[in-house]
Amino acid sequence: MRRVAKDTKARVTLTLNGKKTTGEAESRTLLTDFLRHEIGMTGTHVGCEHGVCGCCTVLIDGVAARACLTLAQAADGRSVETVESLTGLDGKLNPLQEALRDHHALQCGFCTPGILMSFTDFLKRVPDPTVEQVKDVLGGHICRCTGYQGLIDAMMDGAKRLRS
Amino acid sequence: MKPRAFDYVRPDTVAEAVDILAEYGDDARIMAGGQSLMAILNLRMAEPKVIVDIGGHTAFKGIKVANGFLEVGASVTQNELMNWPDLAKTSPLLAKALPWVGHFQTRNRGTVCGSLSHADPSSEIPLSLATLGGEVVLRSKRGERVVAAEEFQTGMLSTSREPDEMMVAARFPIAANLKRAAFREVARRHGDFAILALAAVAETDTSVRLGIGGLADRPVATRIDASSKSAIADALGTLAWELEGSDDIHATARYRRDLLRRMGPIVIEEAISCAA
Ligand SMILES: Cc1cc2nc3c(=O)[nH]c(=O)nc-3n(C[C@@H](O)[C@H](O)[C@H](O)COP(=O)(O)OP(=O)(O)OC[C@H]3O[C@@H](n4cnc5c(N)ncnc54)[C@H](O)[C@@H]3O)c2cc1C
Ligand code: FES
Ligand code: FES
Repeated sequence: MRRVAKDTKARVTLTLNGKKTTGEAESRTLLTDFLRHEIGMTGTHVGCEHGVCGCCTVLIDGVAARACLTLAQAADGRSVETVESLTGLDGKLNPLQEALRDHHALQCGFCTPGILMSFTDFLKRVPDPTVEQVKDVLGGHICRCTGYQGLIDAMMDGAKRLRS
Repeated sequence: MKPRAFDYVRPDTVAEAVDILAEYGDDARIMAGGQSLMAILNLRMAEPKVIVDIGGHTAFKGIKVANGFLEVGASVTQNELMNWPDLAKTSPLLAKALPWVGHFQTRNRGTVCGSLSHADPSSEIPLSLATLGGEVVLRSKRGERVVAAEEFQTGMLSTSREPDEMMVAARFPIAANLKRAAFREVARRHGDFAILALAAVAETDTSVRLGIGGLADRPVATRIDASSKSAIADALGTLAWELEGSDDIHATARYRRDLLRRMGPIVIEEAISCAA
């Protein structure tokens, strides 16, 4: 049984983007804050902190989930993947990121990390989605800039690029 | 916002979980998927002293068919159930209702039992349980009891669960006469909470169980005489008045009642026309 008393810090060890990573967190620390403030990985964005906007979406044990609705303590012993995992060490964008750029599917980029992580999970399960399915997954995100059409085009095209 | 400080406990077994609940009672809160509770904590609408995290725990997993029920364990997520290969065959109503529960991303973590425990009046899973006449299994240090859906949810976000009890499973009936099912809802966007949600199960060509979510302070299930169009219209009219509904930021009570009268005949018809 894992127990962390309030106002104390406990060590959290997780596999972050494939690498064993350790940091300290209070019992109430959100995974978003742990990633950004403790680890220093700021790719995961924070918007609403109640699960609605989707910009904090990361993969936890391989499935897309809201980091703002996850306690850092709950991530102990698990695998977490953030948007930082998508780009190679050489800085080369992955096919999904390329598609976003080609379709002008971002402006300010605030929503982008979450959308990329959602589709990283979804396209693994459904490599050849319909437009309706893509819209359904996008429904879990709010983008204030693009009007969504570019995002739909980019995800359809990105899926195609990932298949080939 | 951020949650107020609490003790975090992650039990390894059901026995450990109920021990902690017995010790702290009302001051402890179980966290399953956290898809409702974490938002409540972040907004400081609840300030529990202890969080008992059962999310993703293998000790609480498990989907099984036994004794005429589909039994779903406490840590089974909504997507795990939705992607369970036998779902459409075993419980057509759940197969049709689950895609309406929040979003792909929230279903990855939100649990079936968490949704039932949370007891939102417009939630799809409590509505399905009520329509099918299901039950939940509650365990505490004192023992285990089984509570029927209509006795479990007692109002808006309230249930008859005692503070020292944990829901260990939900049981959805799967009898042969519960297979012809339909589900519809109206929401601002797909994935938002329902303004009105309707579940229908045609037991025969003339008798349909109708479940209504989002109108009263809890899901309401009733048997409707579907022998003629006018019988259906009469029954829906009476129901709309009885359940009354209330105004909120999303819709007026009158709009909700109107939805029931208009959408009711469509779901009932849809359920009846399903192949057995
Ligand atoms: C953006 C968004 C959209 C959503 N849309 C919908 C929607 O359309 N329809 C819908 O129905 N829901 C919706 N939800 C809520 C849904 O996702 C939650 O999964 C569900 O309400 C709660 O399940 P959970 O496992 O996350 O429970 P938690 O949030 O962990 O817990 C919820 C409550 O239940 C209690 N609890 C949980 N498990 C148990 C147990 N085993 N025994 C005793 N008590 C327990 C907790 O103490 C808490 O009080 C939405 C959520 C978000 C963030
Ligand atoms: S910050 Fe997590 S969903 Fe908005
Ligand atoms: S690109 Fe600005 S919010 Fe989506």
